[in-house]
Amino acid sequence: MALKMVKGSIDRMFDKNLQDLVRGIRNHKEDEAKYISQCIDEIKQELKQDNIAVKANAVCKLTYLQMLGYDISWAAFNIIEVMSASKFTFKRIGYLAASQCFHEGTDVIMLTTNQIRKDLSSPSQYDTGVALTGLSCFVTPDLARDLANDIMTLMSHTKPYIRKKAVLIMYKVFLKYPESLRPAFPRLKEKLEDPDPGVQSAAVNVICELARRNPKNYLSLAPLFFKLMTSSTNNWVLIKIIKLFGALTPLEPRLGKKLIEPLTNLIHSTSAMSLLYECVNTVIAVLISLSSGMPNHSASIQLCVQKLRILIEDSDQNLKYLGLLAMSKILKTHPKSVQSHKDLILQCLDDKDESIRLRALDLLYGMVSKKNLMEIVKKLMTHVDKAEGTTYRDELLTKIIDICSQSNYQYITNFEWYISILVELTRLEGTRHGHLIAAQMLDVAIRVKAIRRFAVSQMSSLLDSAHLVTSSTQRNGICEVLYAAAWICGEFSEHLQEPHQTLEAMLRPKVTTLPGHIQAVYVQNVVKLYASILQQQEQAAEAEAAQEVTQLMVERLPQFVQSADLEVQERASCILQLVKHVQKLQAKGVPVAEEVSALFAGELNPVAPKAQKKVPVPEGLDLDAWINEPPSDSESEDEKPKAIFHDEEQRHVRHRQPEVDEEELARRREARKLEQANNPFYIKSSPSPQKRYQDAPGVEHIPVVQIDLSVPLKVPGMPMSDQYVKLEEERRHRQRLEKDKKKRKKKEKEKKGKHRRHSSLPTESDEDIAPAQQVDIVTEEMPENALPSDEDDKDPNDPYRALDIDLDKPLADSEKLPIQKHRDAETSKSPEKEDVPVAEKKSKKPKKKEKKHKEKERDKEKKKEKEKKGEDLDFWLSTTPPPATTVPAPSTEEIGVHAVTTPKDECEGSKREEPEDEDDDVEHDQERKSSRHKKKKHKKEKEERSKDKKKTKKKQSEREEATAVEPVENGAAEEEPIPPMSSYCLLAENSYIKMTYDIQASLQKDSQVTVSIILENQSSSFLKNMELNVLDSLNTKMARPEGSSVHDGVPVPFQLPPGVSNEAQFVFTIQSIVMAQKLKGTLSFIAKDDNGATHEKLDFRLLFSCSSYLITTPCYSDAFAKLLESGDLCMNSIKVDGTSMSFHNLLAKICFHHHFSVVERVDSCASMYSRSIQGHHVCLLVKKGENSVSVDGKCSDATLLSSLLEEMKATLAQC
Amino acid sequence: MIKAILIFNNHGKPRLSKFYQPYSEDTQQQIIRETFHLVSKRDENVCNFLEGGLLIGGSDNKLIYRHYATLYFVFCVDSSESELGILDLIQVFVETLDKCFENVCELDLIFHVDKVHNILAEMVMGGMVLETNMNEIVTQIDAQNKLEKSEDQGGTDGSTGRWLSLRSEHEERLGVRRHFAALCFKAKLPCVSP
Repeated sequence: MALKMVKGSIDRMFDKNLQDLVRGIRNHKEDEAKYISQCIDEIKQELKQDNIAVKANAVCKLTYLQMLGYDISWAAFNIIEVMSASKFTFKRIGYLAASQCFHEGTDVIMLTTNQIRKDLSSPSQYDTGVALTGLSCFVTPDLARDLANDIMTLMSHTKPYIRKKAVLIMYKVFLKYPESLRPAFPRLKEKLEDPDPGVQSAAVNVICELARRNPKNYLSLAPLFFKLMTSSTNNWVLIKIIKLFGALTPLEPRLGKKLIEPLTNLIHSTSAMSLLYECVNTVIAVLISLSSGMPNHSASIQLCVQKLRILIEDSDQNLKYLGLLAMSKILKTHPKSVQSHKDLILQCLDDKDESIRLRALDLLYGMVSKKNLMEIVKKLMTHVDKAEGTTYRDELLTKIIDICSQSNYQYITNFEWYISILVELTRLEGTRHGHLIAAQMLDVAIRVKAIRRFAVSQMSSLLDSAHLVTSSTQRNGICEVLYAAAWICGEFSEHLQEPHQTLEAMLRPKVTTLPGHIQAVYVQNVVKLYASILQQQEQAAEAEAAQEVTQLMVERLPQFVQSADLEVQERASCILQLVKHVQKLQAKGVPVAEEVSALFAGELNPVAPKAQKKVPVPEGLDLDAWINEPPSDSESEDEKPKAIFHDEEQRHVRHRQPEVDEEELARRREARKLEQANNPFYIKSSPSPQKRYQDAPGVEHIPVVQIDLSVPLKVPGMPMSDQYVKLEEERRHRQRLEKDKKKRKKKEKEKKGKHRRHSSLPTESDEDIAPAQQVDIVTEEMPENALPSDEDDKDPNDPYRALDIDLDKPLADSEKLPIQKHRDAETSKSPEKEDVPVAEKKSKKPKKKEKKHKEKERDKEKKKEKEKKGEDLDFWLSTTPPPATTVPAPSTEEIGVHAVTTPKDECEGSKREEPEDEDDDVEHDQERKSSRHKKKKHKKEKEERSKDKKKTKKKQSEREEATAVEPVENGAAEEEPIPPMSSYCLLAENSYIKMTYDIQASLQKDSQVTVSIILENQSSSFLKNMELNVLDSLNTKMARPEGSSVHDGVPVPFQLPPGVSNEAQFVFTIQSIVMAQKLKGTLSFIAKDDNGATHEKLDFRLLFSCSSYLITTPCYSDAFAKLLESGDLCMNSIKVDGTSMSFHNLLAKICFHHHFSVVERVDSCASMYSRSIQGHHVCLLVKKGENSVSVDGKCSDATLLSSLLEEMKATLAQC
Repeated sequence: MIKAILIFNNHGKPRLSKFYQPYSEDTQQQIIRETFHLVSKRDENVCNFLEGGLLIGGSDNKLIYRHYATLYFVFCVDSSESELGILDLIQVFVETLDKCFENVCELDLIFHVDKVHNILAEMVMGGMVLETNMNEIVTQIDAQNKLEKSEDQGGTDGSTGRWLSLRSEHEERLGVRRHFAALCFKAKLPCVSP
C-alpha cells in the first residue's frame, strides 16, 4: 500500500538523530545553508508528530542548530512540550533547549510555571536538578515570584545535590524578584554552615555576588565569614570569601585591621597561587581603606609588593600579568613602594605579550615624576615606532597623553618638549586618536600662555606640511590635529612669524578634502589671520600688500562656498561678503584693519566641562514652575511635542532680533546691566571677555615670566623631542649649580610656582627641578558658588540597585513570598513564619560555638554582649585578638562608632582615645613578634593608656545605665537574646507523618483564617493521595471546593517523598471570634513502599485560639492613651506566679504568640496593644514583680478578653 | 559571575556555546567570531587573560581561555571571579570531559554537544560555579546516564557503540587523533586545589 510506503520513508527520516545531522552538515560543506534549511523543514515535520521521542529528537537537533546561529524561538512551544515529558531523557533535552533559547521576551514562558513547579517537587532528584539548571538560565520576574517559595523549600532538601542548586539559583531569583531577598535571607545565611561543602560553597558564592553589589548590607555577616575563613580548607570557598572581604573593607576599616593578620598568615602558608594572589589583593584593599599614614602597615605593603614582584618575575605569563594588575592597585595609595620596582615594570614594557605590556603601561602612569617623565616618554615613543598593531599603538598614544597631562600637567617641566611630542605623534598614520592629540594641543596652547609663541610656530608648520592633508583621504583620524592647528594659528595669530605664508597654506585647494568640521574651523580662522595681517600691513602703511591679501581671500574663499558641508558653506559665504566689502573700502583708501580685528577682539577663556551643570539654581527659582499659565488643554497645541515647541520659539526670537534698532538695544543693555548689578544671584565674576582683557586685573596677578633662553624657541625643521631631553639635562645641571649660589632667591621663586599650580605632593627630588618656563596654567572657569557635589555617575537602571536591601531589619508581616494559592485561599501565608523553625536551628548553632569562645574570654562585659548571636558587628570588630595588654579591651557600640568616624585622626578628646588604642593593640601584637626590644618603651605608653581607658570605661558604664532607664519602644529591645520561638504547634503525629500547624488571620477578611499545616514524611514510604477532612462546627467551617459536600475532604496538593516536608493551606470561615474553638479532623493518605501501598489515617484536633484572631498592629502611645480614656472597654486581669524569665523575653513571647505589639515600656512595666480581625481593640498593661507577672487587660468585648487572658496565662505559666 | 562559556576550534567553528545572559542568535555568533579573532591571534606562550571583548560585558569583564590542541576553551567572566580559579575550572572541565568520554578528542565534542552541555551543567549553573570536584561531577553524570539507560530499556540507540564507530571513521579520514585532554596534564597549573 502507498500509505505504508510513505510511512516507511517518514520513519527513515525520523531516524536522523543529532549525530546524523552533524555528519550531514559536515558532508555538505559547499551548500551548508541549503542543507540545514532542508533539515529544519524535516524537524518541523517531526515536531508535528505525537510521539514524544520524535519531538525530543527534533528539539535536540534544534539546540545544535541554535549554536550555529539559527533562530529556534519558533519552536518554543514544542520545547515546552518536551520539557514536560515524563522521561528524564526527554525532559533534559527540553530544559537544555529552553536554557539555550528562552529569555524574558519569550511569550510562552509563562506556560512553564506549573511544569517547573511539578518538576521541582518531583521525587527524582535529577528531575528537580535539571529543572533548576534550566530555570537558572531563563528565570523571569514572574517565574521568580511564583516559584520563589518552592525553591526556598528546596534549600532545605535532604539531598545536598538539590540543596546546592537551590541555593545557587536563589541569586537569580533575587535579581528578578528583589522582594524575595529578605524573606529568604535567613535560610541562605543558614546554608553558610551547611554540612555539605558544595552547599556551603554555593551559599558563599551567592552572598559574595550579592555583597559585591551592595556591600554595606552584608557587613553584619563579617564575623561569620571570618570564622569560615579561618576554619575552611576549601580553597574555592576561601578565594570567594577573601574576595568578599576585599569588597567589605572599604566600608569598615576596623574589619581590615582584623583581617591583616590571618591574611598575612595565609600568604605565608599557602601553596596555591590563586589563593595567594587573592590574599594579596585583599590585603591591598585593606591597606587602601586604612589611612596611608600608618607606619605599622608598611610591613604589609612591603610583603605584598615583594610577593607581587615574585609573581611578575615568574616565567608564567599568567602570574606576571596578575602581578602587574595587583601592583596597579597599590600604586594608587602607595606609589612610592611601587616606584622602587620601576626597572621591572619598564622591562615588562618589552614583553612579547600585549596583555602584559598594557598592564605595565597602566603602571607607568603612577611612576612618572618630573625627573623621569622625559625619559619614560622617550621610551614609549620608541615603542610607538615599533608597534605593529594599531590597537596597541593607539593605547600607547593615549597613555603618553595621560601620563603627561595627569594632574594638570604636574610633571611637565618643559612645555616646548611636550608640544614637540604631540607634533611627533601626528606622524602616526591610521590612529583613531587624532582628536585626543588635537585636544591636548588646544588645551596647552590656551592654558599655558608662555608657550603660545612656540605652539603657533609648530602649528603653522603642521598646516604647511602636506602629509596630514593628503592622509585625510584615507579616512584617517589624524587630520583632526589640523583642527587644533588651524584654530591656534588663527586665535594667536599675533605670534605668527610669517602669517602670510600660513594664510596661503590654509587656503590651499587641498583643504577642501578635509572633513567638514575642520574646514569650518579653517574658514573661521582664516579671517582671524586675515584681520591680523591687515592690521600689520596698515600699520606699516603697505596699502598695496593689504589689497593683495584681500584679493587672495576673494579668490580662494569661493572654493569653500561650494562645500557640501552646510557649516562651511554658511561661514564661507558670510565671510566672502565681508571681505568683498572690505575690498571696496580698501579701494576707497579707508583704513579697515581696526574694525575687522574688532570682530575677534577679546580672549577666550577655558571653561570647565561641568561648569554649566554646576551653576546653582538661585534661591526662590523653581525651574519646574510655569512662567505663564500653562496652555489650555485644547487640541492642537497639546499634541505638539515639547521639543518642537521650544525650537520654534528660539528660532522666532532669532528672526526678530535684527528688527530692533540700535537705540533700543542700547537702552535694553543698560537696563539689563542695572538689573544684573542689583541681582545678587547674577554671576558677576564673568564680565565680558573684552573688558577683562583691557582692564586685565585677572591677568595681571598671574606673573608671566620670561622664557628661559637656553631653550631654542624655534627648532629648525620638524621638532625632535629628543633634543629637549638633552637640553633639559643641561639646564638642570646648570640650575643645580645656580641653586647653590642663589639659594634664597630660588626659594621665593618656588613659592610662586607652587602657588600657581594644583600641585599634589611632588616628591622631594621633584622639588629640585624648576620648570623651564614659569608656566601659568590658567584654570578653567567655574561659576561662582558652584555646587561641589559629583553625583552624576549613578545609573538608575542598574539591576543590582534593586537588591540594595537592608537585611538586618527584622522581617515585617507584609514581607512574604507569594505562595501557590490553594484554591480560594486569599490570605497568603507568610513564609517568614515557616522560617521560624529554621531560625531556631540557626540560633542554636552559634551558641554552641560561642561556648568554646567563652572559656577563653571570661570577661563579664563580653559575656553579656556575646549573647547577641555574634550579630553585633561593632562588638566583633572591636574585639582584639588575644590581648597584648592585660587591660580588657573596653568595647561598646558607642565607642566603636567613633572608631569608624575617626580612624586616622590623631586626635584630642577622651572619647577619641579609644580607636587609637585598638590600633595599638594590633600593633602590639605584630610588634611583639617582630621586635621584642621595643617592649620597654611600650610599657610606659601602656600605662598611660590604661589610665585613659579606665576613664572611658567609667563613662561608658554610666552611659549604659542611662540607656537602661530609657523607655524602650519595641518588644525587640536589644539587651537580651530572644529564645527561639515557633508559632507552629504540633497537630498530630504517627510513624508516617508529623503535622504542625499555624493559624494566620488577615485584616482584609474579618471572618476567615488560613491554617497552614506542615506535613513531614517521617517514614521511608512515599505518601500520596493525602486528604484532609474536618467536622465543621456551627461557628467554624472549612472552605471546600465548590460542589463538594460538607463531609468531603480537601485534597493536599502535593505528594511527599521520604524525608520531605511541605506545607499546605486551608481556609476556614468563622462567625464569632470571642471564644476559642476546637475542631476534630482526619488526614487520610496512601503510604507506598517496596512492599506495596497501604491506606493510613491520622486523627487530630485543630485548636483555634482567640490569639490567632489577633493581628499585630502597632499603636502610638497617644492613641493608646485616648483609647483607654474612652471608657468603652471592659476590664479584666490575671496574675501568674513563679515566672523566672526576664521581662524582655516575656514581652517578646507575648508579642510573638499572642500577636501584640509593645506601645511603651518603662522599667518592668509595659503597655501593649493588638486588634482582632473583627476590629476589637485589646490593650494590656503587663507588670513584672519579683517572681510574678500581672496582666491587666481592657477590651471592647469582655468574653474575648477573658478568653485571651486565659490563653496568656497558659503561656506565662510556662515561663 | 561567568558571562559566557565558549568552545571553538582553531578555525573558529563553535563546538559549544553557553551564554548566561540573553543575546540574540546573531549577537551570539558575533561574540563567538570576535572572541575567536581576539584569541586566535595570540601566541602560544602568552598569558591566558584578555581584556576588551567589546561585545560582551564591559570593562569589568575578562576573557580567560586555554588552548588545547585543536580547541579553545574560553570563559568570559567579570571581576568577581578569581582569574586563576577559572583557569583551574577549565582544567577541571577538560579533565571531566576526558573521563566521561574516555580520551576525549574534538570529535566527541562535535557529535555529542548535548552531553558536553550536561557535564557543564553540573559544574556551572546560571553563571555561577556549582561544583569543582571532578569526582562528584562524574558521579552525578554517571547516575544520570544510568537513569537515562534505564528509561531506554528496549531502545535501539546503543549510543556508545555508535560513538566509537564515529571516532574510527574520523581516524580513517585524518589518520590522526588528537586527544587534547592529554595536553592538559602537561600544562603547568596554578592549582587551586591543594
